[in-house]
Amino acid sequence: MKLSHIDKLESESIHIIREVASAFDNPVMLYSIGKDSSVMLHLAQKAFYPSKIPFKLMHIDTTWKFKEMINFRDETAKKYNLDLLVHINKEGVANNINPISSGSKIHTDVMKTQSLIQALDKYKFDAAFGGARRDEEKSRAKERIFSFRDKKHRWDPKNQKPELWNLFNTNIDKGESVRVFPLSNWTEIDIWQYIYQENIQLVPLYFSKIRSIIRRNDMMIMVDDDRLKIKENEKIEQKKVRFRTLGCYPLTAAVESDATTVEEIIIELLESKYSERQGRLIDNDQIGSMEKKKQEGYF
Amino acid sequence: MDIETFFQNQNNKKQLKILTCGSVDDGKSTLIGRLLFDSKNIYSDQLSQTKIESEKYGTQGKQIDLALLIDGLQAEREQGITIDVAYRYFETKKCKFIIADTPGHEEYTRNMVTGASNSDVGIILVDATKGILDQTKRHTFILSLLGIENIIVAVNKMDLINYDEKKFKDIISSFKKFSSEFNFNLQKFIPISALVGDNVFQKNSNITWYNEKSLIDELEEISLNEPIEEEIFSLPVQFVNRSSSDFRGYSGTITSGKIKVNDEVQVFSSKEKIKIIKILTPKGESDFAIKGQAVTLTLDKEVDISRGDLLCSVKNHNYFLSDQFASHIIWMNKEQMIPERNYIFKFINFQTIGKITDLVHKININSFEKIASKFLNLNEIGYAKVALNKNTIFNAYKNNKKLGSFVIIDQFNNQTVGAGVIEHELRRASNISWHQMSINKNLRSSINGQKPCILWFTGLSGSGKSTIANIIEQKLHKLGKHTYLLDGDNVRHGLNKDLGFTDVDRVENIRRISEVSRLMVDAGLITIVSFISPFKSERKMARGLVEIDEFIEIYVDTSIEECEKRDPKGLYKKARSGKLKNFTGIDSNYEIPSSPEIILETKIKSAEELADEVILYLKQYNKI
Repeated sequence: MKLSHIDKLESESIHIIREVASAFDNPVMLYSIGKDSSVMLHLAQKAFYPSKIPFKLMHIDTTWKFKEMINFRDETAKKYNLDLLVHINKEGVANNINPISSGSKIHTDVMKTQSLIQALDKYKFDAAFGGARRDEEKSRAKERIFSFRDKKHRWDPKNQKPELWNLFNTNIDKGESVRVFPLSNWTEIDIWQYIYQENIQLVPLYFSKIRSIIRRNDMMIMVDDDRLKIKENEKIEQKKVRFRTLGCYPLTAAVESDATTVEEIIIELLESKYSERQGRLIDNDQIGSMEKKKQEGYF
Repeated sequence: MDIETFFQNQNNKKQLKILTCGSVDDGKSTLIGRLLFDSKNIYSDQLSQTKIESEKYGTQGKQIDLALLIDGLQAEREQGITIDVAYRYFETKKCKFIIADTPGHEEYTRNMVTGASNSDVGIILVDATKGILDQTKRHTFILSLLGIENIIVAVNKMDLINYDEKKFKDIISSFKKFSSEFNFNLQKFIPISALVGDNVFQKNSNITWYNEKSLIDELEEISLNEPIEEEIFSLPVQFVNRSSSDFRGYSGTITSGKIKVNDEVQVFSSKEKIKIIKILTPKGESDFAIKGQAVTLTLDKEVDISRGDLLCSVKNHNYFLSDQFASHIIWMNKEQMIPERNYIFKFINFQTIGKITDLVHKININSFEKIASKFLNLNEIGYAKVALNKNTIFNAYKNNKKLGSFVIIDQFNNQTVGAGVIEHELRRASNISWHQMSINKNLRSSINGQKPCILWFTGLSGSGKSTIANIIEQKLHKLGKHTYLLDGDNVRHGLNKDLGFTDVDRVENIRRISEVSRLMVDAGLITIVSFISPFKSERKMARGLVEIDEFIEIYVDTSIEECEKRDPKGLYKKARSGKLKNFTGIDSNYEIPSSPEIILETKIKSAEELADEVILYLKQYNKI
C-alpha cells in the first residue's frame, strides 16, 4: 500500500489540527462557510473521531453574506452539533458600514478584519485555524503554517519564525496568538478532489443554476436581496451562473457555468484559464494589497 | 475527460517535494516561473497581473519577468531578490510538485535550511557564466547535512555561454571534486536555460551534445526510497483522545514502518507491552496503517501513556531515552548561541528546557573546515553536546528524520533560534547519580534558627549592590545567622579568574556562581550574591537550581546616569573612552528583571534603610 498525494495532505492536516489541540489552551476554528472551511471542518472531525471536536468554531458575519450561506451554516452546525459562535461588528453595523456605499476596502477592514480582532480579543483565543492555502495568493505562499500574531494581531512578514520539518513552535506569551493554516499545502484541485471523494456537502452557490445577476465593473454580481440598488443603466438578467469562491455578495463575482455537480466543476476547472481569486474584488485594490491586509490582521 | 479516470490518474501521481537553491542571481525564481509556466499551472489573470508588475519592476525589459510570479512579498518584488521561503505548487502528468523557493544570499542560510528540512530533492542551480561559487558548496553541504538523498545540479544560463560543452563538463568535474565526501543517492547534471526554457521541459536542439533527460523528466523518474516493509514501527503520541464515554485512544502520525490489529507494541518510556485493538485511520477503521498516516489507536489495557511518549515495535533497540546527545546545530538568530544558557528544545511531540553544554567545533560551510569556537552566530553550523532537563525519546536523524530533529526556542521571546539534527546519544549523565547524605540542609540550618536562601542582587555596575549586601551581612551576623557573601569582583580573582567579559564568559561566570550558591544553600547558609548578572536567562537558571521560595531576586534600581555620575571605580570613564570593552550598560546589554521579589530604589533611600527592608522581608517570610 502507498499513500496518494491526497492521503498525505489529509494526514498532514490532521497532524496540524491535533497539534493545536494539544499545545494551546483556547483554540478556535474560523469557519467561513466556503469550500475550504468545509474541508477543514471535515478534517477536524476526523482528527478527533469518535470524540467531538474539542474547540469552538466561529463565523465572522459581515451581514453581507449570501442568504444561502447563512442557511447552510446554521444547518451544518445543527447537523454536526457544533459549538458555533457567530460574531458581528455591532459598531460597524451602527455606522452603516457596507460594501456598496463604504467601498470594499472600508467594508472589509471594519466588518471582517476589525470584527475578527474584536472577537479574538473578546473570547481570548490563543490559536485560530484558517482555511487559507498557499496556492491562492502570492503573499500567502510565504506564510508559515503556524503564523505568529502579536498582541495587536499583526503579522510581520519579514520576521517570521523559521518552520522546519513538522516541528511547530507553539510557544507564545499572554495576549499573543497564532493563526494556523492546516490546508497550506493543498491546491484548489486537491480541495475539489477531496470534496468529491469524501462527499463533503457544500453551499449550493458553488453549483450552477439560473440566478438573477447584474453586470457591474465587468463582473456579474448576484442580486441576493434589495440592499443592492440597481442603477439606471443596469438591468437584471437571468443567467446560468455559479461561484468559485464565496465572500460578501456584492464583492463576489459569479462566473457563467453549466457545472451542476462536483465532477462537472472539476472538469470546468481543468479547462479554466482564470484563477479562483479572480472573482475577488478586494485583492486588486492595489498591488500587494493582500499582503497589506494580512499585516493588519486579515486572514 | 472521464472523471473517474482523472481521479485514478491523480491518485497515481506521486508527490515530490523539491527545493531550489543556488547563489544570488542564478535564476532560481526564473526557473520556478518557467516550471509553472511550461506545465501550464499559471492562470491568465495571474499572468496579466505579472505583466503589469513586469513593466514596473521587471528586469527583462519589455518581456514578461517570470521571476515576478514567484517573489511574493512586496519588498522582494521591489528589491528583486527572494528573502523568504515561498512554496509553489504545480503538476505534470506523472507528478504533483511542491517547490520550496529559498534565497541565495549567505544571510538567508536559515531560510534555505528551512526549505531543505521538508524536501525530497534538491535542485542546485549553478550559473554557467560563474561556475561553482561558495554558495554552491554551502548549499550542497546543507542538503547533505539534512539528509537529502537526491540532488540535481542544473547548470543554468547555458544560452549565455553558447551552449559550450567543455565549460559544462568543467563545472561538473569541479562540483564532483568538492562534493566527493557527501553521500547522495542520486546526483545528476543537466545543462539548462530557465530564461529560454532549454532542457527544463523541452529537450533543446541547441544542446546537441546532451543526450540525457530534461529536468522535468529526471524529476518525474526519481523514486523515493521508502522502505516501509523493513522499518520498525514507531508512533510518537501527539494527543490522547478521551471522549465522555469510555473511549480512550492514542493519536499521532506514524513516523516509520506499519502496524496491524493484534500487533504487540511497547510503550517506550515504561517498556510495558500492549496489544493493538483498533486502528482508526483518516479513511475509517482499518486492519492496518502505515508510515505517514495520522491515526488513533486503542489498546488492550489501560496503561499510562501521555503526549511525549512513543509507541514502537517490541524489538526496537534503535531509540534512546536519555537527556544528552550530540548533534549538529544550525543557528538561526541574530543573538548568538551561548553554551550553558537555557533554551527550550522542541521535539516532535515534546518540549523541555535544556542547554548546549559544549560546542565541539563549528564548520566553515564554504570550505568544510572544522574550527574551534565558543559560540555560534546567525547562519553558522556547529557540532555540539546537548543536555536536557528531562529524559526525552529520540533517534539518530539518519535513522528517523522525524524523531531525530529538533528546534531551539528562546524562552523569553519565543523566537525559533536554532535547529538540530541528532547524531548519537551521550550516556554520560546516567552514570553519575546523587549520593544521599544523612544530614540534609534542613538539619544544618535548624541549628541556628534560619532557613537557607539566596539573596540574589542584580543591577548595573556602581548601583550599590555590594554596599547594601555588605550591610545586610553585618546585620544578619549580629542576629547570629550564618551567611556568606559571594561578590563579583572577589570571585573573579579565584574561581572564575579564567573568564573574561564576553557574553559567553558572563554566562559561564553566572553558571558557576549559581552552582556554588546552590551548594551553600544546601549547607544551610543565607547566601548573598552580588553580581551585575545582566541576563534574564541566567538569573532564571539560578532560580531554577533551588526551591521556589529559596530564591529572592533583589533588583538594585539605579539609573545608568546615576551610576555613571558615581563611578566609584572609574570604570564608566574607561568604558566611555573605549578602553574597557563589553561594559554593561554601555556596549553590553542589561536586562531589567520583570518580577523581582524586592526592588531597592537607591535614589530615595539610604543603603542602611534599604538593608533594613531586606531584613524585614526575611522576617516576614520566616527565613530568620
